[in-house]
Amino acid sequence: MGRLMKKKYESGAATAYITRNRAINYLQISLPDFRRLCILKGVYPREPKNKKKANKGSTAPRTFYLMKDIQYLSHEPIINKFREFKVFVKKLKKAFAKAEHGRVETLQENKPVYKLDHIIKERYPTFVDALRDLDDCLCLVFLFATFPQTKNIPGDFVRRCRHLSVEFMNFIVAAKALKKVFLSIKGIYYQVEMQGQVVTWLVPYSFGFNAKACADVDFRVMAHFVEFYITMLGFVNFKLYTSLGLHYPPKLTFEAKLKDDDEKNPYCLESEATGERLAALSASLASVVTQNTEEDEVELDEFEDSRTLEAKQEEEKQKAFQKLFNGLKVFVSREVPREPIVFTVRSFGGEASWDRSVAMGATFDESDETITHQIMDRPKADRQYLSRYYIQPQWLFDCVNAKMLLPVEDYFPGVVLPPHLSPFVEYKEGDYVPPEKEALSRRQQGLDTGDAVSEEADVSEEEEEEEEEGKEEEEIDDEDDEEEEDEEDDDDDDDDEKEEEVQKVERKMPVKRKQDDVPETPPSNMKVKEGKLDYEDASSKANREEWEARKLAILMIPKKRKRLFEKLSKRERRKKHEAKKLTTKREEFEKSQKDMKKKQRLSNK
Amino acid sequence: MASKRKVGEAKLEKEELDLFVDAPPDDDDDGDDEDGDTSDSEESVYSGLEEEPSSEEEEEDDNGDHGTEDTTDISRTAINDTTGFAGTSSTERLDNRPPPDEYEFDSSDEEDIRNTVGNIPMEWYNDYPHIGYNLDGKKIMKPAKGDELDEFLNKMDNPDYWRTVKDKTTGEDVKLTDEELDIIQQIQNGKYPDKAYNPYEPYIDFFTHEKMIHPVTNRPRDKRSFIPSLVEKEKVSKLVHAIKMGWIKPRKARDDEPKYYDIWENDNQYTPDKRYQTHIPAPKLKLPGHEESYNPPPEYLPSEEEILAWNQADPEDRRQAFLSKKYDALRKVPAYAGFVKERFERCLDLYLCPRQRKMRANVTAEDLIPKLPKPRDLQPFPTTLSVVYEGHTDIVRCISVEPTGQWLVSGSDDETLRFWEVATGRCRKVLQLGGRVRSVAWCPNTAVCLVAAVVDNKVIIINPSLGDKLVYHSTDNLLNTYEAPESLETKLPVEWVAAEGKEHDTGIRLRIAHPKTIRQVTWHGKGDYFAIVMPDGGSMSVLIHQLTKRRSQNPFRKSKGLVQCVLFHPVRPFLF
Repeated sequence: MGRLMKKKYESGAATAYITRNRAINYLQISLPDFRRLCILKGVYPREPKNKKKANKGSTAPRTFYLMKDIQYLSHEPIINKFREFKVFVKKLKKAFAKAEHGRVETLQENKPVYKLDHIIKERYPTFVDALRDLDDCLCLVFLFATFPQTKNIPGDFVRRCRHLSVEFMNFIVAAKALKKVFLSIKGIYYQVEMQGQVVTWLVPYSFGFNAKACADVDFRVMAHFVEFYITMLGFVNFKLYTSLGLHYPPKLTFEAKLKDDDEKNPYCLESEATGERLAALSASLASVVTQNTEEDEVELDEFEDSRTLEAKQEEEKQKAFQKLFNGLKVFVSREVPREPIVFTVRSFGGEASWDRSVAMGATFDESDETITHQIMDRPKADRQYLSRYYIQPQWLFDCVNAKMLLPVEDYFPGVVLPPHLSPFVEYKEGDYVPPEKEALSRRQQGLDTGDAVSEEADVSEEEEEEEEEGKEEEEIDDEDDEEEEDEEDDDDDDDDEKEEEVQKVERKMPVKRKQDDVPETPPSNMKVKEGKLDYEDASSKANREEWEARKLAILMIPKKRKRLFEKLSKRERRKKHEAKKLTTKREEFEKSQKDMKKKQRLSNK
Repeated sequence: MASKRKVGEAKLEKEELDLFVDAPPDDDDDGDDEDGDTSDSEESVYSGLEEEPSSEEEEEDDNGDHGTEDTTDISRTAINDTTGFAGTSSTERLDNRPPPDEYEFDSSDEEDIRNTVGNIPMEWYNDYPHIGYNLDGKKIMKPAKGDELDEFLNKMDNPDYWRTVKDKTTGEDVKLTDEELDIIQQIQNGKYPDKAYNPYEPYIDFFTHEKMIHPVTNRPRDKRSFIPSLVEKEKVSKLVHAIKMGWIKPRKARDDEPKYYDIWENDNQYTPDKRYQTHIPAPKLKLPGHEESYNPPPEYLPSEEEILAWNQADPEDRRQAFLSKKYDALRKVPAYAGFVKERFERCLDLYLCPRQRKMRANVTAEDLIPKLPKPRDLQPFPTTLSVVYEGHTDIVRCISVEPTGQWLVSGSDDETLRFWEVATGRCRKVLQLGGRVRSVAWCPNTAVCLVAAVVDNKVIIINPSLGDKLVYHSTDNLLNTYEAPESLETKLPVEWVAAEGKEHDTGIRLRIAHPKTIRQVTWHGKGDYFAIVMPDGGSMSVLIHQLTKRRSQNPFRKSKGLVQCVLFHPVRPFLF
């Protein structure tokens, strides 16, 4: 044939991807500069579909970038700035070595700097894109705000991070956008919703900088990220503030200023006072327009439609949630971390203050009689006011996550706190649900208005008594149950492991039901049990048939999907196993608790 | 001159200083013999290097008497001094002396020129009558030396004996003056040699700190000191002009504080480009579960074995990066040690981790199980034996059902082909084919009534003459319409033979002979073509025959393996 043979590796994956070293050669920059450029421009390696083709037949492990990405990088004006900086450093070194101090000064004055504005616009063409990517940004900025200014961290990053984080928190307070808070062992997770985007970030507990823990951390890489994130968060803050009609370099309301000016503050310099006041989060922000007392509400069209009704209800719920702490006057004791508490309280419409000697911006004193709650983290208060509740900080966060005010009794100082549950867990079918969560959801639905936990405790006590009364009978019951199970086990012996598991779970259900039934039925009636036995047999037979049909159907899964099916079923099995483990653990725990109680009661007697 | 002399003495004294260390106090006390003896003995000890110190001293004594007088008389000038010495030592030498002008200029570094031997040990001259050479090259003779007695007498008589020193270079005795003794004493006491010198004189500052009325210098000031410089004025006016014209601007302090503005002002006009579409956003971090709480439910707390296992496991193998722990109060929660590290790793992931868009199967395992019909829905099954077709004496190899479903044909190893009525099980026809029937197929076309049977290497087309009369007659007609083509070009070793006579009566219509045994025969859906399989046929293992034209063709030039079975697609022109 006259047609020329097509050469290998001259099109397709081999040219669409480029290895890192070749990319560096292509761009004519050093590796650290390349890294920095990638961080700033948001260029990341790609995993080619066929690695061997992209690698021109070699199977050596390499990282690949898209050729298009690298071409895009080559047009970046910042590369020139990198080169200028290199020249600048050389000149500076020379001037230093020659002890030409005047030249050093002029050089340093004309140090080349670059702006990242255009990169922000390129990477996030719309505001929503920026919000979508805000998680990592906030985490890092809030972390850097806690650092000391050391040699590792260039420029005044720490100060800027602190400013931006305070500004962001102030916005959240003003917009009441906070949704969830979670106290973890790592730090405090906050979740907010802005323009339909859910943003979650983590703030460490405030402790000193631990240099030993960050021994193998390269702060330069982090600093590159922070450099970008600072610019990004600045623009995001600007947009957020303007969208709410607030001044952007945030201004406090006139009253807030006045209040503070009255007192001589010994906390900081006059120049720092505004920033500190802002960081206190206690004062509200001034808006550009004179604020309307009535908020402009977007009225939904008047259609008597079920959907609009639902939407309306949803909106009302949302509004009620935003006003969760309305009317609450919270005083924060000095041993409690102030910032998270004030941030949370203020985000839900409450008022918060603290001792004047702790920090600036306190709005009322401890002696104020109108205080409704005082947050304290000590087992006992020195002096107690009768007009307020003394509670532990967890109450606030649990209230936020439950979207309702929880009874304060469980959170009194010195009391063993109920577990703090993560609000981020979504329960699917078959997942383990902690009993506390179940109680909470019941309470949320309004089914259980009373104190669920204490009721449960009562019930359990009653049960105990019953148990003691009808111990013998129950023992007989147990034996019977065991026998039944044994028989079933014999049947199942030939089945493989997985099947057994399925069976066990299926079997579990009726057994459980039976246990529930036990206290209801008069324990002396033996006939009921016989009837159940028959029922059990019938159901087990049906189950067995069903299970056989299922097994047959599994056999019919095409080969293509068999592997996927196995993977999925394995995952499911693991999940089930974990859930089971958790339930057994819980049961054991409750049993031990009961024993403890019993012992206590005995000793009391 | 005095200084020169002093230097000369200092030299001398350096050599002989040790002699005088104890001498003056002795004399001050008394001129005792014993004391003098002791000093003598000491002398000898100290001057142990010299071989004849005593004899020399004696000699010197005599001269010393004259010398002392002389030196006191002519104390001041060096010229006189030297002449005095010369006079005292020997008159003959005095004549040979160079003119005294020579010493008028003198410097401290000048060597001693009375004796020119230089810096050598003087004992080398011990055996000679002379002690060296003077500047003119004449010998300097040793002065006359008295014996021990002279020495002793000198010691007794001469009150200046203690201050008499022998000059090593000339060998003469020199009597030290009071000033010289003072100097020696000063040095011995570690003080300045000059007694008059006061190191602690009060400091008089010439330029006092107090303001004086009169100037130090009385020079009138220059004119230029009070008239402004023209050059400077020119320069300044130039600068001022430049500033006025706006050519020079004051340097602004650089403001590195970033400026923020509404960067997303008109982002609703944005239309996503290709780059935006191919972007793969980094997956968000997993949200924390109950186990990460500072106060988790009790079931999430790890047991002791789990803690142990966690501690022993490699950090990469751990399912959780942390151990759940319960704190009973918020104030007791410590800082999380791995916080910064975790953030750092996330940063690394963001820019180093290769990204790929992956389709996640959003299904559960349950969704993958196909819905099978329940066995109950499939009923009724044929559960009972209804018809038995009896008649074959050997195993039945193949059966085929007529497309209408009325007839059934079966081929057997007993070399017969039997036609059955399906519903009744009655054998309607038996055909002896003279060979094992391997395959049989009923023509799927309902308009014709034909059966193809395989016997060894032959395909036999049979018209069973069953069912509709019109149909089987038309079939015969169809077969009879065949006309042999003019040019017979059969490349294939296939022989078509029409059956005649008795065979024709039994129903056999065509015999197609092949070179090898045939395994299978199958019809095309239209009923005109049929295919056969000859596994041993090599390249001709599959053949397709056309019934109406009695033609054969070989569809595959080469078969990749042993063909076992072929089948026509029911509607499309495919052959499998």
